[in-house]
Amino acid sequence: MTQVSMTINGASVSGDVEGHTLLVDFLREDQRLTGTHVGCDTSQCGACVVHVNGRPVKSCTMFAVEANEAEVSTIEGQAHADGSLNTIQQAFQDHHGLQCGFCTPGMVMSAAALLKDNPKPTVAEVRSYLEGNICRCTGYHNIVKAIMAASGQDVSAIAAE
Amino acid sequence: MPKDGIGAATVRREDARFLTGTGQYSDDIKTFGQAIAVFARSTVANGIIKSIDTTAASGMPGVLAIFTGDDFTEVGGNPAGWLINSRDGTPMHEPKRPVLAHGKVRHVGDAYAAVIAETAAQARDAVEAIEADIEELPAIVNMKDALAGDNYVHDEISTNQCFDWGWIEDNRDATDAAIKDAHHVTTLELVNNRLVPNAMEPRCSMAEYNQARDEYVLHTTSQNPHLTRLLISAFVLGIPENKLTVIAPDVGGGFGSKIYHYGEEALVLAAAKRLNRPVKWTADRTEAFLTDAHGRDHVTKIELALDKEGNFLAFRTETMANVGAYLSNFSTATPTFLHGTLMAGNYTVPLVYVNVKAVFTNTAPVDAYRGAGRPEATYSLERVIDKAARELGMDPIALRRKNFVKPDQYPFASAAGLEYDSGNYDALMDKMEEIADMTGFAARRKASEAAGKLRGFGVNAYIEACGIAPSNLVGVLGSRVGLYDAATVRVNATGNLSVMVGAHSHGQGHETAFPQVVAEMLGIDASTIDIVHGDTSKIPFGMGTYGSRSLAVCGSAVVRATEKIINKAKKIAGHMLEASDSDIVLKDGVFSVGGTDKSVTFGEVALKAYIPHEYPLEDIEPGLEETAFYDPANFTYPSGAYCCEVELDPDTGKVTVERFAAVDDFGNVINPMIVTGQVHGGLGQGIGQALLEETAYDENGQLLSASYMDYIMPRADDLPFYVVDHSQGNPCTHNPLGVKGCGEAGAIGSPPTVVNAVIDAMQSGGHNITHIDMPVTPHRVWSAMNNA
Amino acid sequence: MYAFDVERPTTLAEAAAALGGDNQALGGGQTLIPTLKARLANPDKLVSLADISEMKGIKLEGRLLRIGGSTVHADVASDGTYSALSELASHIGDPAVRSRGTIGGSIANNDPAACYPAAALGSGATIVTNTREIAADDFFQGMFETNLNDGEIVTAVKFPVPEKANYQKFVQPASRFALVGVFVAKFPDGVRVAVTGASNDGVHRWSAAEDALSADFSASAIEALSVPAENLISDLHGSPEYRAHLVKVITGRAVTAAS
Repeated sequence: MTQVSMTINGASVSGDVEGHTLLVDFLREDQRLTGTHVGCDTSQCGACVVHVNGRPVKSCTMFAVEANEAEVSTIEGQAHADGSLNTIQQAFQDHHGLQCGFCTPGMVMSAAALLKDNPKPTVAEVRSYLEGNICRCTGYHNIVKAIMAASGQDVSAIAAE
Repeated sequence: MPKDGIGAATVRREDARFLTGTGQYSDDIKTFGQAIAVFARSTVANGIIKSIDTTAASGMPGVLAIFTGDDFTEVGGNPAGWLINSRDGTPMHEPKRPVLAHGKVRHVGDAYAAVIAETAAQARDAVEAIEADIEELPAIVNMKDALAGDNYVHDEISTNQCFDWGWIEDNRDATDAAIKDAHHVTTLELVNNRLVPNAMEPRCSMAEYNQARDEYVLHTTSQNPHLTRLLISAFVLGIPENKLTVIAPDVGGGFGSKIYHYGEEALVLAAAKRLNRPVKWTADRTEAFLTDAHGRDHVTKIELALDKEGNFLAFRTETMANVGAYLSNFSTATPTFLHGTLMAGNYTVPLVYVNVKAVFTNTAPVDAYRGAGRPEATYSLERVIDKAARELGMDPIALRRKNFVKPDQYPFASAAGLEYDSGNYDALMDKMEEIADMTGFAARRKASEAAGKLRGFGVNAYIEACGIAPSNLVGVLGSRVGLYDAATVRVNATGNLSVMVGAHSHGQGHETAFPQVVAEMLGIDASTIDIVHGDTSKIPFGMGTYGSRSLAVCGSAVVRATEKIINKAKKIAGHMLEASDSDIVLKDGVFSVGGTDKSVTFGEVALKAYIPHEYPLEDIEPGLEETAFYDPANFTYPSGAYCCEVELDPDTGKVTVERFAAVDDFGNVINPMIVTGQVHGGLGQGIGQALLEETAYDENGQLLSASYMDYIMPRADDLPFYVVDHSQGNPCTHNPLGVKGCGEAGAIGSPPTVVNAVIDAMQSGGHNITHIDMPVTPHRVWSAMNNA
Repeated sequence: MYAFDVERPTTLAEAAAALGGDNQALGGGQTLIPTLKARLANPDKLVSLADISEMKGIKLEGRLLRIGGSTVHADVASDGTYSALSELASHIGDPAVRSRGTIGGSIANNDPAACYPAAALGSGATIVTNTREIAADDFFQGMFETNLNDGEIVTAVKFPVPEKANYQKFVQPASRFALVGVFVAKFPDGVRVAVTGASNDGVHRWSAAEDALSADFSASAIEALSVPAENLISDLHGSPEYRAHLVKVITGRAVTAAS
């Protein structure tokens, strides 16, 4: 066992982990932050995306010890301090960008990473950026629309409801 | 008008928890003392289990128990829910599907043992230490070979044919004659490709056992917890229903794959009892690929007979349907009554005959996947019609319109045995032509060609049978369950409501849409109404969510229960207002005496029901809670007209969907935002089937596409924006909401639309190609266009 | 996963000392960790190269762009000094993979469908290890094979920056690796063409195209050429013949994009 310390959503935490403990398991099992999900074994689905030191990573493809001393942000830390949804979360709700909700935490975290680097992406850039996030419910239409809306761009031309 | 009543595009209340990471999916539950189950799964497709030695594994660190097939020989098998009789009248073969494989393993991934340990890593280590001597046998993979050979998936039945079903058998000779004598017959052989449902949440089951009470709780990823409980209680483990609670908490998508009871659920229950500890199993994605019930997998020959004016005279279909190694719960209904009965499509064709042979193979079980039988029917029909139009030199839209059932023909008895209650297929096609900007197609094709690409236009009309299903009818057809649903509306003393529904929401937004119905009826704010679902201990009963049935069937039960609430509330209000209940009018949440200014609010009536002072106890019971079971009178018949444009790169064979328009008749719409989202999702899956998704087994029965490294899941950049319209609704005539169901439409209507467009694109490039099988991958397109 | 420890040395010397035996280097882990999860590897210890500062960073040294072995794809993507290389890096995996995956890890793994080996071979790069420098032409030795010794660490890759270059990837749509990827680079003394994704021998040069393009750097220059299908990869996503066809198509596109 190795002791790791990190900041998760602004709070300092530490815990004992084994070398092979994945960051996602540390988050879910030790920290009980179960909003970060596991949807595959091959680092493709993106349900586990969190930010480590400001960058999006797949927490199922990183060891907890590699996040020692890092700043980690998860879906649980995204809402405003008063509990209200942040701009991206609100856009996902307003534009029905989620259905079963399982891929949603990863989608929101990826969207946040995209808009940090590219505040006004094109539709093609949004679609391209999401290649590591799989959703089986929405057909992506409303996810893309929500991210465009969250970037402050006019989405009225994107079809319907 | 109530806030957020029927027709409002209310944003979903459930989103708040999903967007903040505070949903609770099965794997998020962690109970004190919880042990972990990991399964030992067959690496061969067909083999004799000669011995399983668990001695070494049992002694490994953290190991608590090991189960093998021997532990379940005394309990029942996981049953088939629908009996199909063959054409000769004999019942289908239904070999036992045990909790753990016994004697033989029958597909890669078939579980033959399970280890329960303190941690997942310990359980995995122990699984590797199990010494299983499994003698590999030649695998039965291809359906044609399966029917021809003498190597059987189930030795005890000495055939790989589960059944040989004909529909409508009495029409067989007439259909044959019509085809023989027809002016023109178009023939098409096609494959409806096997799909892996791939809900993003892998299956997970966690069982708890209370020794003091001899009671079990199963938390599981299910679309229908009551059905799961029924199957476990009545067939598999024999746990009395009143000792077993099944809870399906937040569930991360299902698409059919989580309808069924799976052996893992029985295993964790048995283990929890033996160990007197909670036991959890969570599938990894590879297990999901290997063991979730797959979808589709039909090999079909379809013939369409036409007269010289282009009138349809008959459809004749021969299909081999792969059911995999074992019968999953509804696998026999999917290729028969959810497929054959739809083979008249939207058309006035007088004769339909369908023959379906269901075939056992050494592959994962196949069952209903979004659309379930209806996509297969639609694909066959709409592809052969397109081919016929091309052969006859007719416009594909005009040929369809010529044969459509017309609005004045309802109720319409289809040649495949259903009675369509309402629709207007020409109006759908009109709307589609309008929103798709078809007039601009020529210019867009020209632009594509200038860029070295081909562009194709494809169209499709579909009808589906949803709102599953009238129990009496399906009982006659072989269903072993009823397909009603149930709801309880509980008005609490303080005036808010809990509505317990048998439907399960795993993305469909029931927690938002169902309150809209109740709010509309009671004239109160939807925010005061909460939906409770997914817990057999809280809900009267229910048959769950599949077959686009939640609103049409369970929603109708909600309406009926709410009507009972209104009736009783009017009596209470009548008493309070000293008027006859027949004079009481409910409007905007206020009960008033017609023609007077005397009134009481809904909240006051609720309070009176629970504090029955000055209350006519001799006439009215206290309390305000009502339950209704609703059994539909007929299926519902959503229909639609879809079209798309594809661009094809002849250099690489890559096809992209550039535009997609979907016009659906869902009857009345409760929440248009949710309905649109459901269509989007179905389109994504249907386009995925058409262009991307291939479930490939090799000749040894190894699943080649067993991970996201090889199974092509549609991503955001594989799909277009969709133009979706549901303004052309013709209300269902037999349920109280006039709703038809919207969950599967997109997946049903889109595959033929896309493939028709691909054919059109190839034809426009001078390639005389009349068919290409799904998925239409770049490699397939390039090979077809280059005869490679 | 089997049990193992992860060590995080901060100097190359410590890392080199820790490797050997059943200890294995851990770069970004984007390939290795899924392999470990599938229990296809069973190291005693993983030695992370992520904290070794001398293995990080991008620096133009004369006409050579030196990229530290632990530099992640995202940093190469945003650098832009060698635009074709940055463009290539910006399409490896997905954004989250690019935050972690490293050039050294990709080069050392030599996946037959990976992008970086095509860039290294196509650019005529030099692979720098903790013990020596190896020309890319000598380094890549077939599918998942390199001439690295046990425990040897790719500390940097030095890229000559060509006059013109471009990488085109026709993706295998599930994995998002290259079904066929072609890196074309035009130097004053000739053109190099490296192909990934296509061959059972892994990344390789297409010498006939190099000759033709050295004489005339245009897509039409390779029109008369054909690629033999022999020994090309056959899988769910493409036959050898299809891949052979794509190699030519994609090479043409890369040349056009580079011109």
